[in-house]
Order: sequence, then C-alpha cells, then structure tokens
Amino acid sequence: MSVLVYIDQADGHIKKSSFEAASYAAKVAGQTGTTAEAIVLGKVSDDLTSLGRYGISKVHHVADDQLNTMDSKLYTNAIVQAVESTGAEIVVLSHNVNGKAIAPRLSARLKAGMVPGAVSLPDTSAGFVVKKGVFSGKAFANISLQTSKKIISLTPNAFTPVQQEGTAEVVPFNATIVAPAVKVTATNKVKGEVPLSEAELVISGGRGLKGPENWGMIEELAHLLGAATACSRAVADAHWRPHHEHVGQTGGSIAPNLYFAVGISGAIQHLAGVNRSKVIVVINKDPEAPFFKAADYGIVGDAFEVMPKIIDAVKKLKGV
Amino acid sequence: MKILVCISKTPDTTAKIAFTENNTKFATDGVQWIINPYDEWYALVKAIELKEKDPSTVIHLITVGGADAEPIIRKALALGGDEAIRVNTDSSDSFTIASQIAAVAKEGGYDLVFTGKETIDYNGSAIGGMVAELLDLPYVSLATKFELNGTTATINREIEGGEEVAEAGLPLVISCQKGMAEQRIPNMKGIMGARTKPLKVVEPVQVEALTKIVSFELPPAKAGVKLVPADQPEELVRLLHEEAKLF
Repeated sequence: MSVLVYIDQADGHIKKSSFEAASYAAKVAGQTGTTAEAIVLGKVSDDLTSLGRYGISKVHHVADDQLNTMDSKLYTNAIVQAVESTGAEIVVLSHNVNGKAIAPRLSARLKAGMVPGAVSLPDTSAGFVVKKGVFSGKAFANISLQTSKKIISLTPNAFTPVQQEGTAEVVPFNATIVAPAVKVTATNKVKGEVPLSEAELVISGGRGLKGPENWGMIEELAHLLGAATACSRAVADAHWRPHHEHVGQTGGSIAPNLYFAVGISGAIQHLAGVNRSKVIVVINKDPEAPFFKAADYGIVGDAFEVMPKIIDAVKKLKGV
Repeated sequence: MKILVCISKTPDTTAKIAFTENNTKFATDGVQWIINPYDEWYALVKAIELKEKDPSTVIHLITVGGADAEPIIRKALALGGDEAIRVNTDSSDSFTIASQIAAVAKEGGYDLVFTGKETIDYNGSAIGGMVAELLDLPYVSLATKFELNGTTATINREIEGGEEVAEAGLPLVISCQKGMAEQRIPNMKGIMGARTKPLKVVEPVQVEALTKIVSFELPPAKAGVKLVPADQPEELVRLLHEEAKLF
C-alpha cells in the first residue's frame, strides 16, 4: 500500500503544480504511515531523481513517445496499471488541465471516491475528509471519501511544496499502451509568458484601462515581477485581450499569491474566479468599486497616473 | 448525428451563498436557479450550431435531478434541442450522476456527448471524464473550439499557456468552455415550442455513491482593505515587498 502521485509534464519538463502534488502526496503518505511513489508518462528531459527532494521514494517511468501528448484514455490506462503494480490506495494529481481530464476517468475506473480541486491535507480523525472549493470560490465543502481507493486532485498553488534532502529511485515501468484515439496535431503556446494557471503573481486589467493600446503598463509590471497577465470578462469579450486571459466565474479560476487588479470594478462573477488569491490589490478610481471590499491593499486613484509610479518603484526595488 | 447535452441546474451567479442545518445544506431560500452557464452557453449552443449546419442532427438534453429541475430543462429546450430526459434522482456525488448519464447515453447510441467544463456550484470538472470512462470513449476536456468534418472532429483544448489542436473520431465526449460558442437568448418561438417538446422522466440506475459532502464552510472574512494614498504609490510597493513579502 502506498500513495501514488501522477507527475504531469509538458515539453519534457515537470510542471510546477506537479511538484506541489508530489510534496502533498509525501505528506499524505506520512499521515497514513506509508511511502509516496510517482508515475511519469512520456519522455522527459528533467532529472526524475530530483523528485526525491519532494519526498518521493520511487519513480515509475513509462518512457514511451506515444505518451508525450495527453490522451486521457491512454494516460488513465497507464496510471491504472501503475496503481495495480504498486498497490497504491491513494492517487494524487494536480487539478490542472490534464488532471481534470484524467482524475475523473481514474475515479470511475477504480470506483475510487475523488476530491476534485483539494485545498487541504486529508483529515483522518474521522474517516477520510478533504476540503475543496465550491460555489466558484465562495465556499468550501468537506468531502468524505467512502471507498478504499481514493483520488485527490490538488488545486494548483494551494499547497506549498516542502523541499528536503533526497534522491528518488527511478525505475522503468512497462505499461501496455495502445494507439491513442485523440491525436494532437498542433500546439499553440504563447512563448515566454508565465502560464496564468501556474503563476504566483498575476497582474490583471479591466475596462478601466479604456483600450488594448493601454496594456503596456500591465505587461511591463508583469514582466518586472515575473507575473502572468489576466483580464476581466468585458475585456476578453471586446477582444482587447485573448480569451485565455479571462478570469472570473465563466473564465479561468486562479489562486495566485498576488492578484493585482487595475481598472476592474470587481463584480461578483469576477470575484468568483480570483477570490482564492492570497493577496488582492485593487487600483480603481471609483472608491465605491465593490472590489475594494475583497481587497487587502488598494489605491483609489487613476490607473494612468498611479501605474507609472508603481512601475518606477518596482524598478528601483529590483535595481533595474 | 445524435448529440446528448448534459444540463445541470445551478444557483444564479449572483446568489448569496449560505448554509443551513449546521452547515450541511446549501440555503436555497430566495435563490434563483439557472442552467449552469458552461452547459448553456458552450455545450448546448455548440450542439445547436451543429444542428444548424446539419438539420438531420438530433439533440437530446439530459439532467439528473428532481422535478424542481424541470423549469431549467424547459428553458434549455427553449434555446434548442429536440427532447429532454430527466433522470429522477438527486445526488451530490459525481459518480452517481455520471453513472445515470452513462446509462442513458449507452441506450441512446449518441455520436457526441457534450458537458460544460464544470458546474459553478460544485466546480468538480468530473462528469465528462467519468461518463467517457463508463462508456469507454475518448474524452477531450476544456474544449474551446470544435469542428466536425464527416465523422472526424477537430478540437482545440486549453493547455497551460495556450491551446492544443487535436483530432478524434466519433463517438466522443467533450467538455466545453469559453470559445466554443456564444451565449444566446431564447426567442418567443423557442419558448412556446419548448412547452410541447417531449420531456421524458426515467428512473435512476442503482449506484453506490463514492463520496459524501460532510459539511460546508465559508472562507474567513477579510480583515479589510488597507488603502494607500493615490499620491504615494511607492508605499504600496513597499507594503507588498516588506509586509506581504510577495516579491
């Protein structure tokens, strides 16, 4: 019996959210008196022994080219084979784009109760209860898993990975792989930007910025801080910014350490996508903007006057 | 072409979120119910668009819920769709719900099953993947674009920092999000027509729930905003650096 964590990769590199999942899996293993092992699918360029630093004792690696793109059925089959071979009772994944496709399949296949989007370690004082966000960030639910096998998909940026000394043993894993039914024909990635879902710091703009030509200051501040950029629904609908930047109830839901909102009033639907952010900063010229009620820091002022000064102060701080 | 669109009833996006019975039940008093926006704006409208291109397409809607879900499914029928199926059971367990949908889908022989990417109340993103697994079908999640050429589908799917384009044959399960289609408002003809469209009620298949909601809780209240004067923005940068230690 062990805890098995699925390590998600893109272009041969382990995703940050998977290091979080690995560390979480090691903690759960500690709680339940067992060890945490990992499964990695596809060719990778990262050194997998480094997963030992996140508490993983053994890495099962299926280095098959067919697994370099994600087909939820193939991935599920491979992970199920690893579950059977390791005897794992608990499977941990990141609740990222791929985790959202794989975790429910695993749950249905293994008849294993699942917590999609966990935000806490399991409470094992009475059964096995894990907290998750519900009502689009407006509440939490404590979910009891009533099956012997359990699936936990962990909300990105909800759990800070703990690093320690350690080297994981990497062993090849021979999973039976059939031809994928879903063939990836193209990948369109925005180069050189921090993916929004993985970003720790997010700078976001709303209709208050008046037009796409004024996004330079959002991008400059984001660049200085290594932050991702986001926007409100109105901005995405007006095609000022690409749709994948839209955060809110019907766009992406994010939980960065910093959400820095410029010219966004903070309608309840927008808040639903960002209210799990650890610190919210609001710059808005309207003192009645509802966003100030959800904010930690704020400036009531004109973004066009305030933002250049903020950028200067950050430049001074960073010595650039 | 036969499409099954999964429809869920959720509280309105502006509904007040509160709990009763010692924080074990969602307080439904005064709550307006809507079609889950991802199911309505993206899954259902996309299915309607496919029918507009190929009028021989048949669209069935399915909801799993009690009789109180009927106004929602009628509203969905007013937008489009040929008939609806309500599986007469209430559950908060994703596997129970997915098993009901899979049982109906197996009978119906659908080429496509569309779901929203998640519901705005449970935020599970679970139903599509579970239905696909129960039917042993390919599943493409978080789709932002879907085109059909004969029996081959081309799907754009969200990935971290961009999109991936994939091809797959039918039958297929897809979870839909922004980009798939644009929100529509039902017209009078649709609303009148929806009243007479068939709404079949079927009894659930027996399934053991895998999960149970023990309790709900609200996030801790914010301490209140610390306002920095507009003429001292550098003070905000100092606070974020020294107090919040964000960079």
